[in-house]
Amino acid sequence: MSTLVFLESHGGELQKGSLGVLSKAASLGDVDAVIVGEGAKSLASQAGRYGAKKVWACEDAEVAQPLPQPRVDVLAQVVSDGGYDTVLFANSVVAADVAAGLAARLDAGLNWDLADIELNGADLVGKRPSLQDTVYADVGWTSTPRLALFRAGSFDAKEASGGGEPEVVDVSPTYAAHSTSVKLVGQDAAESGGVNIEDADIIVAGGRGLGQAENFTLAEGLAKSLGGAVGATRAVVDAGWYPYSAQIGQTGKTVSPKLYVALGISGAIQHKVGMQSSGTIVAINKDANAPIFEFSDLGVVGDVHEIVPKLTELIRAKRG
Amino acid sequence: MKIAVCVKHVPEGTSRIDPGTKRLDRSGEGALNHFDANAVEEALRLKGDSDTEVVAVSLGPQKALDSLRKALAMGADRAVLVSDDAAVGSDLVATSKLLAAALAKEEPDLVLFGQQASDADGAVLWAAVAERLGRPVVSQAMELTVDAGSLHVKRQTEHGYDTLEAPLPAVVAVSDAINEPRYPSLKGIMGAKKKQQDVLSVADLGLDAGDVGEVGSRTTVLALGTPPARGDAKKIEDDGNAAQAIVDFLAEKRLI
Amino acid sequence: MSRPSNFPPPFNAADFVSPPTDPEDERIEVGVLVVGAGPAGLACAIRLGQLIESDPETAERMGEVPVALIEKGKQAGSHLLSGAVVNPRSLRRLFGEGFRMQDIPNYGEVHGEAVYVLTKRNALRIPPPPPMKNHGNWILSLSQLGRYLAEKAEEGGAMILPETAAQKLLVDHGRVVGVRTGDKGRGREGQELGNFEPGADLVAKVTVLAEGTQGHLSGVAIDRFGLRGNEPQVWELGVKEVWKVAKPLENIVHTMGWPLRTAAKYREFGGSFIYPMGDDMVCIGLVVGLDYRDSELSVHDLLQELKTHPKIRKILEGGERVEWGAKTIPSGGFHSLPSKLHAPGLLLCGDGAGMVNIPRLKGVHYAIESGRLAAESAFRALQRGETPATSLSSYDDAIRDSFIWKDLNEVRDMRQVFQRGFFMGGAFASAMTVSKGRLSAGKKKAEPDADAPLLTTNRSASYPAPDGKLTFDKLSSVFASGNKTRDDQPNHIRIERKVPADVARMWAAMCPAHVYEVGAEGDDGTVTLEIAPSNCVQCGAITAKGGRLTPPEGGSGPEYTTT
Repeated sequence: MSTLVFLESHGGELQKGSLGVLSKAASLGDVDAVIVGEGAKSLASQAGRYGAKKVWACEDAEVAQPLPQPRVDVLAQVVSDGGYDTVLFANSVVAADVAAGLAARLDAGLNWDLADIELNGADLVGKRPSLQDTVYADVGWTSTPRLALFRAGSFDAKEASGGGEPEVVDVSPTYAAHSTSVKLVGQDAAESGGVNIEDADIIVAGGRGLGQAENFTLAEGLAKSLGGAVGATRAVVDAGWYPYSAQIGQTGKTVSPKLYVALGISGAIQHKVGMQSSGTIVAINKDANAPIFEFSDLGVVGDVHEIVPKLTELIRAKRG
Repeated sequence: MKIAVCVKHVPEGTSRIDPGTKRLDRSGEGALNHFDANAVEEALRLKGDSDTEVVAVSLGPQKALDSLRKALAMGADRAVLVSDDAAVGSDLVATSKLLAAALAKEEPDLVLFGQQASDADGAVLWAAVAERLGRPVVSQAMELTVDAGSLHVKRQTEHGYDTLEAPLPAVVAVSDAINEPRYPSLKGIMGAKKKQQDVLSVADLGLDAGDVGEVGSRTTVLALGTPPARGDAKKIEDDGNAAQAIVDFLAEKRLI
Repeated sequence: MSRPSNFPPPFNAADFVSPPTDPEDERIEVGVLVVGAGPAGLACAIRLGQLIESDPETAERMGEVPVALIEKGKQAGSHLLSGAVVNPRSLRRLFGEGFRMQDIPNYGEVHGEAVYVLTKRNALRIPPPPPMKNHGNWILSLSQLGRYLAEKAEEGGAMILPETAAQKLLVDHGRVVGVRTGDKGRGREGQELGNFEPGADLVAKVTVLAEGTQGHLSGVAIDRFGLRGNEPQVWELGVKEVWKVAKPLENIVHTMGWPLRTAAKYREFGGSFIYPMGDDMVCIGLVVGLDYRDSELSVHDLLQELKTHPKIRKILEGGERVEWGAKTIPSGGFHSLPSKLHAPGLLLCGDGAGMVNIPRLKGVHYAIESGRLAAESAFRALQRGETPATSLSSYDDAIRDSFIWKDLNEVRDMRQVFQRGFFMGGAFASAMTVSKGRLSAGKKKAEPDADAPLLTTNRSASYPAPDGKLTFDKLSSVFASGNKTRDDQPNHIRIERKVPADVARMWAAMCPAHVYEVGAEGDDGTVTLEIAPSNCVQCGAITAKGGRLTPPEGGSGPEYTTT
């Protein structure tokens, strides 16, 4: 197996998600990486620390902007020059489009939304959660190159034990006309302040167990201390405690943050389907039999009114 | 101008996977993928009162005509369905081939997609189709304007908002934040049945049966299983120190 | 002891009757407008298609859209739920020669049946009482039948408009001229949202209401045209689950007794049905008369309890629940039929008119037959070029000459004799069936379900805690109905919000879809009723028990597929 990982950079830094994929790939065997964009070469040693033996770097003017199509040209060139049979991506807005474009360019199979991957002898097997994560499908490829796109946060980025300075190879492909016709004309950083729940890495959600509308300040305080957004269950939105735009669940928003803190939420199936693909779920509920505990990583049987203020204080202190 | 909107007919109700084929069971009732309704809405908004033609395009079983009719009821002018037993089981490689061939016949100035398929959560097709058509692609569009042969898009990424420009013809995938799809009016629903609806086979697209379907695919489903349990699940009773226990847990998981 | 009927809902039928309001050139004109894509409405549309084919001249007079059918569910079949062991006779009449039951989606003919009287641990098998014999009948899914009939109706030229609620009856100069459909895109407070789409006036030469149980406009029309029957209509509530099971079930099974209480004062009349659906599925349902008295009675939770019976647990063991639903059944029978089944420009069919034979547990074939007869009367009137205002009485005549009338008449007093119940004790029912209704044990006037004075007896103590495998909570059940109704739409349930605690508790327990919750207590001893309307599966129980269901935005509610 000869594996290539697409490392996405932003603001002069390699993205954690793609370093996670690199770590995972390094645990399966030798792996090379490709970095595209301004300052690509300067990031190569970091890639080396996470296990890349060789880093293909492209700093062409055509790839200065974070757009997918010219990256397809770069990757097609690298796959061909390096003879890779496996190319791995960590999901992002740009990376998904690069992976799909490359799949079409190379007529290569792409398995997306994978949560894990393993080697079964010589065969590569992807793990894909389907139907709101109720089914795990084992997926494979019938030809090479094999392309895989992983869910955000699937793997922790860990420096490799034998990591060293990688070999750096310049790459400069011929760009297709259609690849370079989109232009980035403006960029705004995400608005600070109120984080949109669909994009939030951390969500603190409140349910009926908060007791009354006023107690949503508990959820808000905790969310603020964690730098997260506030969500709500349908029952409390119905009761007018919180706006509909914050509703998470079957008939509200579907979210998959890295951390989901459920305060006084019983965990009805209608709520579960909107948040069950969250990375880590922490639930606080007075009712020890609440269904939410069946799918929480940490369940705390207790009173939110006592625990949350203390928790908020502790986190504030810890984060300074 | 001509706008093609790609729409998917997705199973309705509780979806299940057929253990025999390991594919999503599509034998039951279906409906228009609700994310695609945003794309249809955006096409109709761009059309406004102009003479722009909006063509809804789908790939799927004969039943997918129901979803195309929904697009027609909303106001699309015409529908094209690629439906062929040979196309069943197509993966991204094969699906993008089929769709690109159908779109190539239409020669639209703009191709629109919704942000994902609600059944298989796929959110990759547009980039593959754009590559096959040799056209620029922009995804996650939350604002879209078209003038004088080019399009202007505001889109959201993990890092903030980008403003992009591209020449037409182009491919755009819209986010569900771009608009609120209209309800078809009764007159719209009644009129939809009379609008032109063409059904094309793989051969009509000039493709070989071997290029598409399961044979033309490069990926496969090997097995189905149950998801891993949240293995390290812990449950504690608050003895007054729960807040500290949560902090420790979050720190251990490197979440704070 | 409160009576729910002392707390009537803020509902005035007259608010749902009006002349057309759209400008004349914007109204949508159709020939015959059918409301409701159930067996009655679809049979009507199918028959109209057949008649139109044989008489193009009349078809011409019916305009560009000779037959339109509106349906509030996502599609035909989405809101259909029944047992269903169906007598095939009406389908044979509808489709005529060459029709075979095998042609429609089915789970086979009934081969054998068993009736049990249950106690908590035991099951006593008894010979099926004559009215419950099902030889020659077929097991179907009504939801699937609806989809099939809809295809046939469309093939016959009918225009089916799903996701469209019939909100108002259009009456002009004393004559029904169509319906106004519901608005879409309103917010919780009724405000117009960005994608607001107003309803439209659908005007028709003849309007056929085939809305099924608790039909919104059927109720309005009965009020408006003074069509109430001799006795008030009463209902039973059925809650049903469809299971995938490990081993096939041979026979259809009915049970009576446990978990219902037999003492007369509780008025817990009902029973269960368990039907095989092919080799790997069964359905199980529990039906209870809504004149019950206990404020904690919950048919949903009694069905959960029923499943824990050793006999029944065995059938479901190793299986998985795949669908859930609930629906009321009109059970007043003959004496509760409307005084007339027509009004100027209007015909009433099927369950909406109360055409159900409770002792035989049958109504689907009456619905189909009444729809067929409605089509014939409507078409004849149009054929003669008459103003349908005066000429629809032939429908009443046809119903009186039909087996519907004969059957319902034969069992007309059965309910009164035994009070009421889904299942009759053997001997009396048999005697009555044999005597074709002549044996009458004296008649007692029925009272509306909402008049039943409430009792509180800690009824809920025996309901099992949901385990998520065999037994479920109501919200999980709502999920399994496929209901994903948009939450931010106006409340469609008219109900008194300040009521005595026992009334609020009764509504909360009764509703199988967890729509009601008992809220805060006021100073005057009343409580506030909290409502989550988007859970509603439109079973209609609330209308029977003192509230009033109106149609929510079209496309809302359950999305049944195998019920």
